Amino acid sequence: MTLPQVLRRNAERWGGRRVALREKELGIWQATSWAAYDSHVRRFALGLRSLGFRRGDRLAIVGDNRPEWVYAELAAQSLGGASVGLYQDAVAPEVAFVVDHSDARFVVAEDQEQVDKLLDARARMPRLERVVYYDPRGLRGYPMDILIAFPEVEELGAGEPAATYDEEVARGSDDDLALLCYTSGTTGEPKGAMLTHANLLSMARNLLAVDPCAEGDEFVSFLPLAWIGEQMMSVSAALTVGFTVNFPEEPETVQANIREIGPHTMFSPPRIWENLLSTVQVRIEDSTRAKRLFYRWALRAGEAAADAEFAKRRMSPGLRASRALAELAVLAPLKDSLGLSRIRHAYTGGASLGPDTFRFFHALNVNLKQIYGQTEISGISVVHRDGDVKYETVGKPIPETEVRVSDTGEILSRSPSVFRGYYKNPEATARSLRDGWLHSGDSGLFDEDGHLVVIDRMSDVMRLADGSKFSPQYLENKLKFSQYVREAVVVGQDRPHVAALVNIDAANVGKWAETRQIGYTTYADLSQKSQISDLVAAHVDRVNRDLPRAARIARFVILHKELDADDEELTRTRKVRRHFVEERYSDLIGALYGGDDEVLVDTEVQYRSGKRAITRVPVRVRSLEVDRVA
Amino acid sequence: MSGGQLAVDDLHLRFGGVVALAGVSLDVPKGSIFAVVGPNGAGKTSLLNAVSGLYHPSRGRVRFEDRDITSLPPHRVARLGIARSFQNIELFAGMTVLDNLMLGRHVHMRSGVLAGGLYWGAARREELANRRVVEDVIDFLEIEAIRSRTVGTLAYGLQKRVELGRALALEPHLLLLDEPMAGMNVEEKEDVARFILDINEERGVTVVLIEHDMGVVMDISTRVAVLDFGKKIAEGTPTEIRAHPDVIKAYLGQESAALREAEREARAAAPPS
Repeated sequence: MTLPQVLRRNAERWGGRRVALREKELGIWQATSWAAYDSHVRRFALGLRSLGFRRGDRLAIVGDNRPEWVYAELAAQSLGGASVGLYQDAVAPEVAFVVDHSDARFVVAEDQEQVDKLLDARARMPRLERVVYYDPRGLRGYPMDILIAFPEVEELGAGEPAATYDEEVARGSDDDLALLCYTSGTTGEPKGAMLTHANLLSMARNLLAVDPCAEGDEFVSFLPLAWIGEQMMSVSAALTVGFTVNFPEEPETVQANIREIGPHTMFSPPRIWENLLSTVQVRIEDSTRAKRLFYRWALRAGEAAADAEFAKRRMSPGLRASRALAELAVLAPLKDSLGLSRIRHAYTGGASLGPDTFRFFHALNVNLKQIYGQTEISGISVVHRDGDVKYETVGKPIPETEVRVSDTGEILSRSPSVFRGYYKNPEATARSLRDGWLHSGDSGLFDEDGHLVVIDRMSDVMRLADGSKFSPQYLENKLKFSQYVREAVVVGQDRPHVAALVNIDAANVGKWAETRQIGYTTYADLSQKSQISDLVAAHVDRVNRDLPRAARIARFVILHKELDADDEELTRTRKVRRHFVEERYSDLIGALYGGDDEVLVDTEVQYRSGKRAITRVPVRVRSLEVDRVA
Repeated sequence: MSGGQLAVDDLHLRFGGVVALAGVSLDVPKGSIFAVVGPNGAGKTSLLNAVSGLYHPSRGRVRFEDRDITSLPPHRVARLGIARSFQNIELFAGMTVLDNLMLGRHVHMRSGVLAGGLYWGAARREELANRRVVEDVIDFLEIEAIRSRTVGTLAYGLQKRVELGRALALEPHLLLLDEPMAGMNVEEKEDVARFILDINEERGVTVVLIEHDMGVVMDISTRVAVLDFGKKIAEGTPTEIRAHPDVIKAYLGQESAALREAEREARAAAPPS
């Protein structure tokens, strides 16, 4: 079956009786039934068709999570085309690259902001014919030769015979391309992974075999739909099971909207879970002393129970009792205020999540599990099973999926969900697809319980000048486990020792500074306070204690600026682009291997008037004692 | 002379011996963004107060949509479709954003105390219709995330936006804005400027704007009037105003730098003769 065929099936099965989508608009959750969902897709598809969209074409989509996004995607697929998701915060050249590379002639863009990017870069997309927008605000006076409103396209489609749509949907085959999913990649240009309907539906089937969802379950869609993880839940799994997908009112209201919906399942990258935890921590710090004490006691009980669960130990009756009390008094209400009361399965994936965060959610009795997979395998190949969660592993392969570790230590996988290659990039395809095995580029191993442990990117393992090996990602994750560290970049290739660039977490560190009456003005100023340097140094020291001598971090700096995707330092999914960072901060890295304890860094500031100026910021370089025996 | 939506004719206003307005006449065309500028104490706010019925002039007439509103009390003026925001925020700080905006709908409520109290029949329908208008305004001003926050806990820029929202909730034909951008940073000003343009173009609301930021005034206004000591010393398009000798004189010393810059820009933009 194809995704639009599944949609038709659902529409026939549930028609107007069940809610397929919900969007909060004008303060009210507005529901769309399966029949209405299908009707929107039909009208939009026929409208696109009359504008010239043909089988094998591609439709690029950019915008926040709204029903129109999925209507457009399924409409393209129902005509035998593929959809290409773009990150809504991508800058104009990135948008232009993907639109042009994917040969998309049609783009669906949410609003003025997205339309502006497309018009700015129009010269770089010679094949672009039409841009469909759905928020008309501010678009008066725009060139209407290229722009057309979403409802207008639906209206065009409403005038076409519905039978044409039925024929188009029926012509669809499992092996049709459904998605071109561009992976932002930590090096070089993005690559477009080609995923078929069979890929996506087999992934959904196998994930749901492990963790069943029921029709009528609730899911909140708030992460970029260009990301495979969001596609997995909001489209593939949602259609397969028939659960309800809820779109928040605005990006700023996500937290409140999650609470209103009370989802049954959630899949978010670590940063979302970390943010939730840090929100709780900041609020608790702000509350009264009695409440703080009570919270700490309850959390300790919850964590002790979670530890027993991780270790598969039976809980003592005393622990059982205090856990029950803690749950009743603190943990359950806290979970409710986070909107997680009804969660049956929660997932984290895309990067590693700190054990403290993991423990916190299990202490709240939130069934948080790790997912491992790549875009190239439709998002998931490995997941924790209920009651068998270990935070240092990513779990076991899902059904129909073989995972093995090659002789060189690389994680390989094979399943019906493995992609058909990268669009217009046979070299990259040949590198990652060999004999049907997807080469992940990650190094890993299986532990004694058959859980997969992911160590690092193969290409990222580094060697010091004396030849000893270390994994920068492993060290960075350890550093990031602190609530005060947001990002870390470890260096040391061909150097005498390991060193790190650290990004502080502005909210948590700011709060910490405030409660200690440390005044600061800007992020740059806060980051260079001596007390903050001591705070981070203490954490690095603790991390060092668990590390072999060679892997210990001997020197570090706290960056005066947050790493940012707009500056190409991170990918859109917030992974560090190591080579860019190393290049940009070469002077700081030089200082890490010099003898000075302060270095002046030139940063460019751009004023509103367009004037640019260079200011010189002093950045502290800290040395740590690495020879001390732990 | 009154071809405009709002016509102010020879307005005089005095407080004891102080002359606030000494014969001001304005003609605000429907659909325009009409800026009123001038040094402090020039009578700009007094003019808005006279239009909205807070002050009653000693001489002169105010006509709105061909109706004499000179001596109407403020609530009657509001009912005719004139809304305003204040220089200093005038919101109910202890109430939520939503409630403050709902209050802006007050002039459109007709049902009595009893029906309203029981939330019954027409009163219920009315409340729902009003909520719908308010939600449109919330969507328009992008303040969904603060809908149920207490106004007093909001940042200054957001409070200003809420006040603009309350004026919009009235669904006015004419919006009087008294320094909507005062105390804002550049980014917030850009946001408000965009909202004013959208209000004007998409909702078809005529805007009379008092603003000190000459850059903004010159960018978004269709016409500008300059007041000084209670008198109108100039009126015209932004380009005309920039070059007007009386305006430059009135501003010298106070905002000379800003104006000189504006002048330079005007000269640079003018075609070579």
